[in-house]
Amino acid sequence: MSIIETRDLVRDFKKTRALDRMTFSVEAGEAVGYIGANGAGKSTTIKMLTGILKPTSGHVRTCGLDPMRQRVEVARRIGVVFGQRSQLWWDLPLRDSFAILGAVHRMDETATRARTDLLVEQLEMGPQLGTAVRSLSLGQRMRAEIAAALLHSPELLILDEPTIGLDVLSKQRLREFLVAERQEQGTTLLLTTHDMGDIERLCDRVLVVDHGRLAFDGTLTGLAGTVGAQRILVIDLAQPTPDLADVPGATLVESESDGLRQRLSFDAEATTVAAVLAHVSSRHEVRDLTIEEPDIEDVVRRIYAASGRG
Amino acid sequence: MKTFWLLLRAGFRRHSTYRLALLAGMTTNSVFGFIRASILLAALASAGTAIGGYDAPTTIAFVWWGQALLGTVNLWGFAEVKDRVRTGDIAVDFLRPVDPQIAYLAGDLGRAGINLIGRGVPALLLGALLFDMAWPPSAVSWAAGAVSIVLAVVVAFSGNFVINLLAFWLVEIRGITLLWMITGGLLCGLYLPVPWFPDWLRTIANWSPFPSMLQNPIDILAGRVVGHDIASAVGVQVFWAVALLALGQVVLRAGRRRLEVQGG
Repeated sequence: MSIIETRDLVRDFKKTRALDRMTFSVEAGEAVGYIGANGAGKSTTIKMLTGILKPTSGHVRTCGLDPMRQRVEVARRIGVVFGQRSQLWWDLPLRDSFAILGAVHRMDETATRARTDLLVEQLEMGPQLGTAVRSLSLGQRMRAEIAAALLHSPELLILDEPTIGLDVLSKQRLREFLVAERQEQGTTLLLTTHDMGDIERLCDRVLVVDHGRLAFDGTLTGLAGTVGAQRILVIDLAQPTPDLADVPGATLVESESDGLRQRLSFDAEATTVAAVLAHVSSRHEVRDLTIEEPDIEDVVRRIYAASGRG
Repeated sequence: MKTFWLLLRAGFRRHSTYRLALLAGMTTNSVFGFIRASILLAALASAGTAIGGYDAPTTIAFVWWGQALLGTVNLWGFAEVKDRVRTGDIAVDFLRPVDPQIAYLAGDLGRAGINLIGRGVPALLLGALLFDMAWPPSAVSWAAGAVSIVLAVVVAFSGNFVINLLAFWLVEIRGITLLWMITGGLLCGLYLPVPWFPDWLRTIANWSPFPSMLQNPIDILAGRVVGHDIASAVGVQVFWAVALLALGQVVLRAGRRRLEVQGG
């Protein structure tokens, strides 16, 4: 069943067209990254999916419902986090926000408490339960926002820039939680982000929107393949080594410090890290390695360039 | 209904965290109550007789119930909804499976509750201690007075909610808020009892929703309005509560369409 469905969705703001005949669908259980430059139409789409914004024309269904006409019904079945806006009660202890939201979603008190306890434990927020929301750090608040959005166990979770402004550790914890939550509950996820790490860790499908149009729909590796963005394997060797020019499926990008550190680019579709590593380590002693993923901004830029836009 | 009750409790708790503000409010209310009571008693003394059905003990009751309800009924309005419209946070309210007007009303009733307990009742007791004050003459007056207070809170909230929603169309509503405060402050019977007004002003007041926010509950609690008149005083409040809540629904809907146009 499609949990999100848009067909020829159009939205005009005065004279500009923010979204132009957008057609895509998301099946229940999918995790989809929705990326694009600022002003490309990401937020416009999300607002129409959640019933905040009325489409100029076209068709949109969320959980099989018309978000404009069936706002309350849709609100019961989805959870939404706008990274820049809070759904929590600023001057109440965090615990109270969960209690109120439980009531808003017509959950009984036992169910609310059980679900709160579970989310709080998984997100390691126990110590903050008694703290007023206004006193939480950004990372704590964002975890609380996500817990709040998941309280009523929605079928669809929509996250708009959930990791914006978070430090590396907070991002990491948030992603780990979302992966686990999805594994357990099978929640469908739609996520907009500027962070490639979010997409890599969380999404199995990527939609790229450009000037209100769908520029790409496929897997992350497919996306990288389409635009020729390749992953880079950075290998630290025990001794100065001549250029690793003959590794099958990989190309030498750069060699530093007399060949102590060499960077090989490879196409994830054509070969694997293991194969490249096996080839190199059969000839030289490898000390350390890291993998650099294609940069999201870079990927999007290439997509735009390929479609003749800037 | 349970949602409403929980939102109400949340409003109560939210405002109970600001204890110092409650204490400051109580003190201000008491000081002004003392001053107003002295002035109005002097006016009564120079008239030498009851004015508009108010003798000395009912006048004292008028003053101190007024001071007690001043923080309870949101006469001066609130800015929360206006601010949320301006910042676009109102969108979050639309993402919840509840009607925003009902949710805010519940919150305001909670706020009224803590202000009545934490600020109103102490001021009232102080007034009763310092002056010879008339108490509600019967159990019916007490009960009707309680209902009337709740209705006053609802009427004041509903009116202010509509004013707040004007932020959907106007960049700045401070001027309108100020006009509302000045007109409302006068016509609700805060400074002088409405029955003391000159005829023309009393007519205007009686056609406005403002006496429903203060004068009506005070009249019942001070015992100036008794018997069948209680029913009509409460009836007028019910009318205004329903009318203003309905108006709020219409404006809220129009505002939501407006939000759609602007893109939130």
